[in-house]
Amino acid sequence: MSDDHVYLTLAEGHEDDTRWAYGTGFEDPLHGVDTTVPDGVDAGELAAECVALADDALVSAQRLAEWVTRAPELEEEVALANIGLDLLGQARLLYSRAGQVDGTGRDEDAYAYFRDAGDFRNVTLAELPGGDFAFAIVRLLVLSSWRLAHFRRLVTHPDPVLAAVAAKGVKELTYHRQYAAEWAVRLGDGTDESHRRMRAALERVAPYLGELHTAHDARDELADVLRQVTEAAGLPLPVYRPLPDSGRAGEHTEHLAPLLTELQGVARAHPEATW
Amino acid sequence: MVTARLDARRARHIAEQVPDPELPMLTLADLGVLRDVELTGDGTVVARLTPTYSGCPAMAEMRADVAARLHEAGYASVEIRTVLDPPWTTDWITESGRRKLAEHGIAPPGAAPRGPVPLVLSPARPAVPCPRCGSRDTEETSRFAATSCKALWRCRDCREPFEYVKEI
Repeated sequence: MSDDHVYLTLAEGHEDDTRWAYGTGFEDPLHGVDTTVPDGVDAGELAAECVALADDALVSAQRLAEWVTRAPELEEEVALANIGLDLLGQARLLYSRAGQVDGTGRDEDAYAYFRDAGDFRNVTLAELPGGDFAFAIVRLLVLSSWRLAHFRRLVTHPDPVLAAVAAKGVKELTYHRQYAAEWAVRLGDGTDESHRRMRAALERVAPYLGELHTAHDARDELADVLRQVTEAAGLPLPVYRPLPDSGRAGEHTEHLAPLLTELQGVARAHPEATW
Repeated sequence: MVTARLDARRARHIAEQVPDPELPMLTLADLGVLRDVELTGDGTVVARLTPTYSGCPAMAEMRADVAARLHEAGYASVEIRTVLDPPWTTDWITESGRRKLAEHGIAPPGAAPRGPVPLVLSPARPAVPCPRCGSRDTEETSRFAATSCKALWRCRDCREPFEYVKEI
């Protein structure tokens, strides 16, 4: 590290490029972890579960990253980016686990960059575009609460890798949910304008809650959180009814493909490149 | 070429002294991410590290640093393994690590939560004492800061902002 200029310093060669955390060609995040699939665990089901949870996280992280340079305050931008980073880390571990157990030997990049929208299994709420800060908060509240409830159950999963990823994820998601819930109350119980925007965000999210109701059994905890937060925020509880799987079955809104085009563009244009 | 006595204790000591890339006042031993270091029969040093946060970009840096320090010390064959279980919590930060954080103006974490953390919307969480003046008249400015592991606070008495390693 001889140069004073930070960018030149970054561009200096390193003997061991595994330390670079951006771009492709990462070191396997599960390097050195025992990869055996325990007896009694169906490898196909385990891989599918890991991919679905990783897809939720990757797509959410991409939407959260869109807030960078656009959030109402620097602190919120940093918060949303940090939450996205946690989710990206969870996605990396889960994709790596899926590749170990599904027999394909794919690495995390193969899942993230080289699958098309129809192969993704994220719930559709994660992929909805844009919206205002209120929408970002409501979606984060819903998805973090739902994921937290699900991860709490996965802590006792017979696969030790998935269980360990869940155990760590629970701690992170607890912070994400707390952050979103506090903002939801602050905005719902804030000005007329912030209240109006929160109502609109809840209405926009409501049709997508039905999918979360059937995808797994975390629904009661999600319902409890929504009741607690909307009550404290003076907001109406969103009304919804269970819907069949859509994102989990590979059926997505028209918004996922453009998101993936942006996410995957560079890796697909230069498939052998590492940077 | 360093002619090293290839003993496990020395290898462990070297790995323990590697500074954390984000909190360089702490060693990896202070941070509690170095689970163990052993020497296998064929002379390979196996160091086991556990990640702090799932997405912490410093993990790759830590692995590379431990390997580089051990190579420099003459250990030709080094393997860094990832350990996920039991998960790291801030309780793994040692007493000396906590003291060093405070000396550098970073408030150390309290006890990590055990079991499920309920969603509490009020009242406010207990204040973190200011690492500079000790005042408890402090407030959180952001739950998330420059790195995943820290929050931003400020002291109303000495008027200084400070970072706080949040319990996890």
